[in-house]
Amino acid sequence: MTRLVIRGARLLGADPADLLVEDGVITEVGSVSAPSDAEVLDADGLVALPGLVDLHVHLREPGREDAETIATGSAAAAAGGFTAVFAMANTSPVTDTAEAAERVLDLGRACGLTEVVPVGAVTKGLEGAELAELGLMARSRAKVRVFSDDGHCVHDARIMRRALEYIKPFGGVVSQHAQDPRLAGREACCHEGEVSGRLGLPGWPGIAEESIVARDVMLARHTGSRIHVAHVSTAGTVEVIRWAKAQGIDVTAEVTPHHLVLTTDLLLGYDPVYKVNPPLRPTEDVEALRAALADGTIDAVATDHAPHARHDKEHAFVDAAFGMLGLETALSVVSDVMVRTGLLDWADVARVMSTAPARIGGLAHQGRELAVGSPAHITLVDPDREVTVDAAASRSRSRNNPWHGRTLHGAVLATVHAGRVTHDVRNGAGTRRELTNATTSGADL
Amino acid sequence: MTKHLISSADLSRAEVEDILETAASMHDLQRREVKKVPTLRGRTVINFFFEDSTRTRSSFEIAGKWMSADTINLSAKGSSTSKGESLRDTAMTVDAMAVDALVIRHHASGACHQVAQWVRCSVINAGDGTHEHPTQALLDAYTLRTRLGDLDGKHVVIVGDLTHSRVFRSNVITLKTLGARVTVVAPPTLMPSGIGAWSAADGFATSWDLDPVLDGEGEHGPVDAVMMLRVQRERMSGGYFPTAREYTVGYGLTRDRLERLVARNDDVLVLHPGPMNRGLEIAPEAADSPQSVVLDQVSAGVAVRMAVLYHLLAGEDTPAPMPASATEGAVR
Repeated sequence: MTRLVIRGARLLGADPADLLVEDGVITEVGSVSAPSDAEVLDADGLVALPGLVDLHVHLREPGREDAETIATGSAAAAAGGFTAVFAMANTSPVTDTAEAAERVLDLGRACGLTEVVPVGAVTKGLEGAELAELGLMARSRAKVRVFSDDGHCVHDARIMRRALEYIKPFGGVVSQHAQDPRLAGREACCHEGEVSGRLGLPGWPGIAEESIVARDVMLARHTGSRIHVAHVSTAGTVEVIRWAKAQGIDVTAEVTPHHLVLTTDLLLGYDPVYKVNPPLRPTEDVEALRAALADGTIDAVATDHAPHARHDKEHAFVDAAFGMLGLETALSVVSDVMVRTGLLDWADVARVMSTAPARIGGLAHQGRELAVGSPAHITLVDPDREVTVDAAASRSRSRNNPWHGRTLHGAVLATVHAGRVTHDVRNGAGTRRELTNATTSGADL
Repeated sequence: MTKHLISSADLSRAEVEDILETAASMHDLQRREVKKVPTLRGRTVINFFFEDSTRTRSSFEIAGKWMSADTINLSAKGSSTSKGESLRDTAMTVDAMAVDALVIRHHASGACHQVAQWVRCSVINAGDGTHEHPTQALLDAYTLRTRLGDLDGKHVVIVGDLTHSRVFRSNVITLKTLGARVTVVAPPTLMPSGIGAWSAADGFATSWDLDPVLDGEGEHGPVDAVMMLRVQRERMSGGYFPTAREYTVGYGLTRDRLERLVARNDDVLVLHPGPMNRGLEIAPEAADSPQSVVLDQVSAGVAVRMAVLYHLLAGEDTPAPMPASATEGAVR
């Protein structure tokens, strides 16, 4: 039996307690006398959260292992406090079959640093024309529940309708990348507004997202199915979702950390590190997104971690790749802009970064209360730690980090995944323990 | 003087006036038999054109040669991505040849801005996507000043496809720098996004209707110059306007509109950066009228680019290219 005692952590920011973990399960909470064979993790002053769950990452394997692999992405996830990440389907080949999904699952288990959950494509090859084998992916060992053509919008209303109907029997959900391709031109590379007008960059307006979300919530109502809105980026989308929830429509939504902070005016230097899809929006949208996350209209934070090789970013702005890193900085950003401002407390952070995403993604064993009987997925946070982000220090294989040089408040100091410590920088980065090549005892915990 | 010329906003009023003054002496040089001055002897200027251009490239080339710089033309049509080389690699490769200046025309907005951060040499923007074209704005200002004198309070109307126009974006900055009043006119579909806030912040006027502006109605006031922008026929398929005929009726400088302008002000100027779509945005009668300074613009192009090269590349101790007393070409 492997035993771990976590000493003096403030559960969800409340009073300190000890946690005893035995064989990957929490067996005692309160004042624990450590068994002699137990590893002891001193968490004095740290906030304990249920292991973070990210509904939206790009791990690039298979296909673009030069930008990220499941191993490097898992290491970045563990460093960011994540015990489960949903790996988007836009790899090469696309995750649009049971075999492809199982391969991602197995590669993730072989790393053992976080639970890698494959997202299945909605349509074959992400082409938007024919349904992928949704049922076979759901029935596979990967038990796919989240389907997304992320990177592309499922823009054909007929295909969207059928997908929503088809996934009902196995409790699936479509995570929609809402972007009307007719309103976002082929060259569109940023938010359409004053900044894009001045810079002469082709952009796309918020309505390209909002009109699809409006259609999709009506389709969800019509089909009685479940829809999830990926990376909400505009105040208008928030209004539509708020309305839909009031109608009882089964809709959930996520927001990225970068859309909670970064705004369009960062584009004034034409630095492609700020090129992302959905694009950075004006301050009014950022404020609406923070308010929506605070009031529950937006259910979850998801990173949309999107690593890119340097040479794919060092092009002219219109030619550069979309996307930015997010796994390692997500908690710090949320701490900085939501907790320190009083918009959320740590129990709320546990909800938006663990409980809600686990529920939306259908992971019963993640996002659980830190209580006896729960699988030991635990993230330990120093709420006061000041961190200055250094892109070069990332565990990710890529360096497209928009937070480089910024100082954030609050940091993940240790992560426990299925009872095992997968990240630990309590004594400074120099002593961090890296787990390599390990396997989890019970990956389905 | 700045090291680079990326945006018209890089130049203060004093700098613009310095350049235009130098351009005037360069312009004199053009009328001489021997046109060459030794000012930039030993300097290397690369004209790197990622996009087709006739007049801008040739005028930069002539400008460099008349200043005795070694000028080399490179073209790399198509995007850097399609070539498989990143823009950074392309820029660093050229910079590694120890050149003094890179004159860049690129299909992508911001490309010159990015390149300037990677290279040691001076970067001159010869047009980046739909962003800016600062030397065009300088030659337009030169042309206007030659005819109108000081531009303080003068009213310049810019008409056409503003959304896709780098000429507009640079001109509005340089004209404002020189104290001119600017009104821009386009149908709503060809107005850049956010132009309301932008024009309010930067102090220029906008209008969807051409006639009240040309007629100087109300607050618009009298017109000193009209700059017509090229409208690409391809824009029709993008839904920006229905037909060429309809565009001309709404926004073209037709014979009738020219006559009304001239009736109010005989000295009104008509500009066009070229190439012109005769019959679409400008009627032949307007293009070839006594008011038209389209060829003056072209002629000013070389002089202004010589002045820009001089101001960016000549060292502190380099003598001014044309001593005021000189009566013949400096190279004998």
